[in-house]
Amino acid sequence: MKREPIKVRESEASIRRGNFDEVVMGYSEAEAVEEAARCIQCKNPTCITGCPVGIDIKKFISCITKKDYSAAFAAIREKNNFPSICGRVCPAEYQCRRACVFTKKGSAFASKEAINIHFLERFAGDYGMNNNIHIPKTSDKMLSKYKVAIVGSGPAGLCCAGELARYGIKVTVFEALQKPGGVLRYGIPPFRMPRDILDFEIDYLKKLGVDFVGNFIIGRTKTLDELLAQGYSAVFLGLGAGIPSFLGIPGENLCNIYSANEFLTRVNLMSAYKFPEYHTPVNIGKKVLVIGGGNTAMDAARSALRMQNITMQTSDTTIIYRRTEVEMPARRLEIEHAREEGVKFKFLMQPVEFLGDNNGFVKKMRCLECRLGEPDSSGRRRPVPVEGSEFDIECDIAVIAVGLKANQILISVTPELKTDKYGDLVVNKETMETSIKGVFAGGDIVGGEGTVIEAMGMAKKAANGILEYLKTDPVNN
Amino acid sequence: MKILNKETLIDTGGVRIGKLEILSQDIALKARPGQFVVLMTSEKGERIPLTIVERDLSKGTIKLIFQEAGLTTKILGAMKTGDSLYSLVGPLGHPTEIKKYGKIVIVGGGVGIAEIYPVARAMKEAGNHITTILGARSKDLLILENELKSASDEFYVATDDGSYGRKGFTTDILEELLGKGKYDLVYSVGPIPMMKRSSMVTRKFNTKTIVSLNAIMVDATGMCGCCRVTVGGKTYFSCVDGPEFDASLVDWEELTKRNRIYDDKEKHICRLNIT
Repeated sequence: MKREPIKVRESEASIRRGNFDEVVMGYSEAEAVEEAARCIQCKNPTCITGCPVGIDIKKFISCITKKDYSAAFAAIREKNNFPSICGRVCPAEYQCRRACVFTKKGSAFASKEAINIHFLERFAGDYGMNNNIHIPKTSDKMLSKYKVAIVGSGPAGLCCAGELARYGIKVTVFEALQKPGGVLRYGIPPFRMPRDILDFEIDYLKKLGVDFVGNFIIGRTKTLDELLAQGYSAVFLGLGAGIPSFLGIPGENLCNIYSANEFLTRVNLMSAYKFPEYHTPVNIGKKVLVIGGGNTAMDAARSALRMQNITMQTSDTTIIYRRTEVEMPARRLEIEHAREEGVKFKFLMQPVEFLGDNNGFVKKMRCLECRLGEPDSSGRRRPVPVEGSEFDIECDIAVIAVGLKANQILISVTPELKTDKYGDLVVNKETMETSIKGVFAGGDIVGGEGTVIEAMGMAKKAANGILEYLKTDPVNN
Repeated sequence: MKILNKETLIDTGGVRIGKLEILSQDIALKARPGQFVVLMTSEKGERIPLTIVERDLSKGTIKLIFQEAGLTTKILGAMKTGDSLYSLVGPLGHPTEIKKYGKIVIVGGGVGIAEIYPVARAMKEAGNHITTILGARSKDLLILENELKSASDEFYVATDDGSYGRKGFTTDILEELLGKGKYDLVYSVGPIPMMKRSSMVTRKFNTKTIVSLNAIMVDATGMCGCCRVTVGGKTYFSCVDGPEFDASLVDWEELTKRNRIYDDKEKHICRLNIT
């Protein structure tokens, strides 16, 4: 008989909506062992095929049932450098858990009964972190004479840095912002990705010998050519997709209309939720609308709602999405958490205009009702606006979370870097090498907006590409 | 990021304008006229953009000039020689297109004078005939007068109170000049009303006019869209698409309003923090 999944402990919705502390508290040892015991250790484990980096899920879960947590940690670390991060932010219900044998066939995302692989990964990752378990450094004499530059310190950059530093390669990570972490720092809020976890992983890389240089923009402070001329034998570009898309409708530049990136950067990177102790402001109002249905929209809405509770002891934040809940690309857990915290959802609405007051501040959003039509290229049913269905919704803050495009600063000054029609980098799919020899790339800058683990998967592939490239001894060629 | 030299250029009647010379070999090497940096004074500070006024390649420094307005510029004003900034990144934005245009009028108002200085110098070096018009509320608030004089072929000053040069606006002089002779370019940086008036004047004479916009920024690398401006009916990010734009196409009303987004918060924090 199948046992019920072990529910993970979470902080109470009524309390957590007034702070930025981590919501999911994770499994205790006993809970982890019990959940792990639900895994039936399939002969042909399908879950592994659902993991973008191919973690041996069967093995690490088995280690947990045997209470050999170090072995569980090591099993994950073979494929994934940051289990504590991925265990927190992976959309497991679309990946490993969806592929779990307990998920109903043909389901769009994981069934409730699927093993909570991500919570187990997090448990093992945190165990490794709390017990200072390090993966041994295997310095390679031949490789350790090389210097490699990593551009961007997001998930892809961090992962590639770790992979290369393990062999004793001298790695320097260049980051444009004042602190490393990329989207893990400016985008994902601390209630999902606590900063001490991120700092721990970055410190771990520093201990491996990785140098971090902040406030340094490749393409501005130095060009790619200058970097290569400085003795770096190879470069990895983890530039990310950080350019916010807007709706392109009238009134969108009214005051208090934010891109999700701006809103989240102010709140997360600049700690605007601690204003005035921290000096960067963010405006918050009585009625907040967040437009979009992805994880970024959930993060923005939940952050806005927390800010409302902190500053006004009341909250009114609504997510506006043009399709329905099933088509939302966000993690199911985020949708559930948002709803528990009091975020409202309005589906089948398409914004057509923003209206403001005399001072230029947004006051209303004009919408059309939608119905679902035929599926589009994404396989989801296309929203079709209903003619004449116009109506207005009041708001004093609007946050646009409708997607991100490739960062262009470096690309715009480096014409030799080949890009596709979306502005993403074109790479050799096997080695992740770009059109410039010795320059590799991965993460959202290749193939557009994806998940943290997909970025890490590409970075790992690129790291292998770089290792192979270095073995050809490019310095002497 | 160390401050090698801190000067107070103006400290009169509540107006304080300071000048910093900051060590940053990399930025000094790359800085071109029209570009800016983003700095933070402390880990808890804001990221604010400031134009690079000068660079000294032998010392590896850049010079910034700022008027104390909000909290961050007040904190900057209180910093001393030997202090270090928390962060400094750049150079950012497109450099000014420096080439031979012919006759150029360069207009600077208030602390905007700091921004026109590197452009005036570079344009002069490129063989242009430079006419400079500086504007300030009164004589004792005028900065970089000698520096700009030496970078100019013709030189005018307008003060609001008539305490120096002509009483009135820079744009009065601009209009007279354009009425008398033909100019190939006008470059204008200062308070929004001044830039807007410059644009209205030059439109009459069909003279191409470039302005450098001072929109609010956060990352300043194109990732937040806080600095978006409407130019010619299209939205641009001033950090990566600008900061210079064709003055005749700028939506000044929108920029004015967007620059007031945080006025309440700014007042609040300035009351709380005594620097």
